[in-house]
Amino acid sequence: MTQQELTPLSAPDAGAAQAAARTPLVLLIGNPNTGKTTLFNRLTGQNARIGNYPGITVERRSGDLTLRSDTPRVVEVVDVPGAYSLSARSAEEQIALSAVLGWGENPRPDLCVMVVDAGQLARNLYLVTQLLELDVPVVLALNMIDEVRDNPPNAGELSRFLGVPCVATDARHGKGMLELERAIAAALAQPPRTPLRIQYPTALERDLEHVIPALPNEWNENPTRARSLALWALTSIETDDELQGIEPGLRARCLEVRARADTRDIDQEVIATRYALIDAELPKLYPRLEAHPKKRKASERVDRVLLHPVFGFAIFIGVMLLMFQSLFSWSDPAIRLIETLTSESANFVEAHVPESILRDLVTRGVIGGVGNVVVFLPQILLLFFCIGILEDSGYMARVAFLMDRIMKSLGLHGRAFVPMLSGFACAVPAILATRTMERQRDRLLTMLVVPLMTCSARLPVYTLIIGALFPPSRVFGWLPVQGLLMVAMYLFSTSITLISAGVLGRTAVKGRRIPLILELPPYRLPSLTGTLAMMWRRAASFLREAGSGILVFTILLWALLSFPRPEHVDQPLPPAAAIHQQGRSVATEPSQDGRGPAPQRSAIEQSYGGRLGKTIEPILRPLGFDWKIGVGLIGAFAAREVFISTLGLVYGIGDADEDTTPLRDKIRQERSADGSSAYSPLTGLSLMIFFALSCQCMSTLMVVYRETRSLRWPLFMFGYMTTLAYVASLLVYQGGRLLGF
Amino acid sequence: MNLAQTRIGQIVTVAHVAGEGSFRRRLMELGLVPGTRVEVVGVAPLGDPLELLVRGGSLSIRHAEAQGVSVSLGEASSAERAPGTAGRSEDNGSLAARGLARSAP
Repeated sequence: MTQQELTPLSAPDAGAAQAAARTPLVLLIGNPNTGKTTLFNRLTGQNARIGNYPGITVERRSGDLTLRSDTPRVVEVVDVPGAYSLSARSAEEQIALSAVLGWGENPRPDLCVMVVDAGQLARNLYLVTQLLELDVPVVLALNMIDEVRDNPPNAGELSRFLGVPCVATDARHGKGMLELERAIAAALAQPPRTPLRIQYPTALERDLEHVIPALPNEWNENPTRARSLALWALTSIETDDELQGIEPGLRARCLEVRARADTRDIDQEVIATRYALIDAELPKLYPRLEAHPKKRKASERVDRVLLHPVFGFAIFIGVMLLMFQSLFSWSDPAIRLIETLTSESANFVEAHVPESILRDLVTRGVIGGVGNVVVFLPQILLLFFCIGILEDSGYMARVAFLMDRIMKSLGLHGRAFVPMLSGFACAVPAILATRTMERQRDRLLTMLVVPLMTCSARLPVYTLIIGALFPPSRVFGWLPVQGLLMVAMYLFSTSITLISAGVLGRTAVKGRRIPLILELPPYRLPSLTGTLAMMWRRAASFLREAGSGILVFTILLWALLSFPRPEHVDQPLPPAAAIHQQGRSVATEPSQDGRGPAPQRSAIEQSYGGRLGKTIEPILRPLGFDWKIGVGLIGAFAAREVFISTLGLVYGIGDADEDTTPLRDKIRQERSADGSSAYSPLTGLSLMIFFALSCQCMSTLMVVYRETRSLRWPLFMFGYMTTLAYVASLLVYQGGRLLGF
Repeated sequence: MNLAQTRIGQIVTVAHVAGEGSFRRRLMELGLVPGTRVEVVGVAPLGDPLELLVRGGSLSIRHAEAQGVSVSLGEASSAERAPGTAGRSEDNGSLAARGLARSAP
C-alpha cells in the first residue's frame, strides 16, 4: 500500500484546514421536544435567517454565533427539523440525513451538535447511535438538565460511553452555554471522530455486504459510513417510498435483499440491536433507573384535569375562545390604526402634490398596497404569540390529542385545529400557522380549506347585503331574520370547509394515510423571549416573502380600475370639503378616488375593470348578478371588503362602507330593464354564497404561493373555490327561481 | 392480547409489533421493540388516541394501530431483551472495557 492510497484517511484534517477558511457550519440535530429550537435561539440570538431546504418547502433556520472560546470565531448554526430517527420514507424525513452528510445542495457541516433531553435518554440515544454510526463529528448537548435535578444523568459517563464530548445544558435558562461553545470550538479545531460500529446479527451483516457494493460512489467514501448508509438504505427504501435521489441500482438491490430476508425481520433486527446497546448502558448513566420519571408523574396529574372528558373540554374551549377573541377583537384597534395611518399618508400626499397620474399611483397603488400588507401584521403577531405559548407550554400537543378523533375523520391532523379556528379571523395568518404541522401533506390540505372559513373580511359584505336586501322582520315573532342569516352563513361555511377537507384529502392531496404518532411533552413554563423571537421572525418573513407580491397586485388592480383615464369629465368636481371628509378606508382601497362621486361613475365604467365587468356579465347573469356586481367582484380581489367601496364607486358614492345608507338605498332601488327590482333577496343570498366560497383574496393566494413555492397550489385553490362558488350560487339562484322566489 | 385491549394503568410487555412497513418501523424506533415495558397512561376523552409511557417518554397512537402491537401482561425480565452486540471500529476500548460488548448470537 503506497502513501498516496492512504491519503483519503487524512481527509478530516484536510477538511478542517478548508473549514478554517470559510465560516464553519454547525448543525443542531435532535428529537422533537428536546429544546433544540430554544438552544438555537439562545446561541444565535436575534440574527436568525429563515430559508428553505433545497427542493422542498421545509423551513431552514440558520444564524451566526461568535464562539466564546480562547480563539473567538464565528460559526453558522443551522436548526435541523426535529427527527426521531434518520431512517426515512419521504423527502421531508430525508432532510436530516442530507443535512448531516451535506448531500445535494446542502452544504457539508463541520460539526453536529446533538441535542438530547436529559430526562428521556433512552429514546434520544437511538438517534445518537445512528449519527455515530455515520462517522460524523458530534458534540452532545445534554439539555433540560434542570428538569432532572433529582436524578441527573452523568455527562462524564455518557461521554465515555459514546466517545464524544458531552455538555450538560439548560437552554431555557441559558445555563451551560459557555461550556457548550467551548466544546464546539474544541471540536471544530480537532473533530472528535469515534465511529460506532454495532455488531448486528450475522444474517444482517451478510445482507449489508450485499448492499454496500450497490451504493453510489458518493456514499462510499469511508467503510464505516458506507456500512451505515447501507443499513439506512435497507431500512428506508420500500417499493412505494417517496425518497429523493435514490439510484435505481441501489433501490433494486435493497428490495431484493429485503425480499430474500423471508421470515427474518430486518427492521426489528436493526432497531432491537441498537436498543439493546442503549438498554445495557442506561443503568450506568442515571443514579437510579426510573420506569416512570417524576417529571412525567407531575404532568400526568395536570392531564387528569386538562384531558378530563368534561373539565378538559371546558378548559379547551375556554383557551380556544381566548385565543380567537384576541385574534378577532383585540387586533382591531391596531388594524384601525394602520388603516388610519395609510389613509392619512395618502391624504397628506394628495394635499401637497398636484393632481397627476403619478400621484394617484403613489396614493392609491403604493400607499394602499403597503397598507394592504401591514394590515395583516396585528393578527399574525397575535396568532403566533398564542401559538408560541401553546407550543412551549406543551398544550398544543394536548389540543391535537383531544381533537384527533374529530380531525382524523376529516382526514386532517389534530394540529390543524388551531389554523382552522384562526381561519375565522383571517386566512393569511391561519395559512402561516400551518407551519406547526410537520407533514407537507397535512399542511397543504389545511391550507387549501382554511380560506373557506368565514373570515372577518366577509362580514362587512354580508352586513351590507343583508342590510340592503333582507327585511328586518322576525320569524316566530322573536328570531330576527337578519341575525339568523348571519349565523346560517357561518354554519354553511364551516360545513363546506369540513366537507371540502374530506373530499380534497381523498382526491387532490391524497398522499398516504400516515398513522398518528404524538408525544405529550411534560408541561413547562413558556419562554416569553423565545415566543417573542418566533413572533417577530414570522412577521418579518411574511413581510419579506408575501409583502412585495401583495404590493404589486394592489398596484395592478388599481391600474385595472383606473385605466384608461376618462377623456373628459362631464360633471363638475365636488366641493373640496367633500374630499377631506372621506372615511378611514379610502386610501387602502385601490379603486377609491378622492375626486368625489359623479366623475367616478364614468371613470370606473370606462376602465378595463369596468369593461371586464361588462364582458363577464353573461357568465354572471345565471347567478343573478349584473355587471356592477361583476366590477365589485373584480375589486374585491384586493380584499373582500373592497367589494363595498368598489360597488360604491360604481354607484358614484365616494366613501361607501357597509353601513352607508345611500349605497343600501341604491342597491334596493336598482331596477332592471323591465322595471322590476334588480336585486331580490334571492340575488343577495346567491351573492353571499358566492362570497362565502370564492377565493376573492389575492393576499391568501400570495401566501399560499410563498408557502408552497409553486404556482400549482394557488392556481388550484383559486380554481376549485371559484368553481365551487359559481356552482353553488347557480344552484341557489336558479333553484330559488324555480321555487318562485 | 394487543395494546388496544389494555386498560388504563396496566403495565404490559411488547411481544410483537405488526403493521405497515414504515409505521411499524417508526413505532419500534420510538422504543416499542419486543421486550419493552409499556404503561397505559390514558385514553383521549373521545376514545382515541391512546397515551402510553414507553422508556420514560410519552407516546400516543390510535386504537387502529395499537391493535397491531401484541403484548403480554406484566413486566418481562431483562434477560428477554433482543440480542445484540456492540463494539467500536476504532478500538478505544470504551465499550469493551465496560463489559458491554456481548458475543454475537
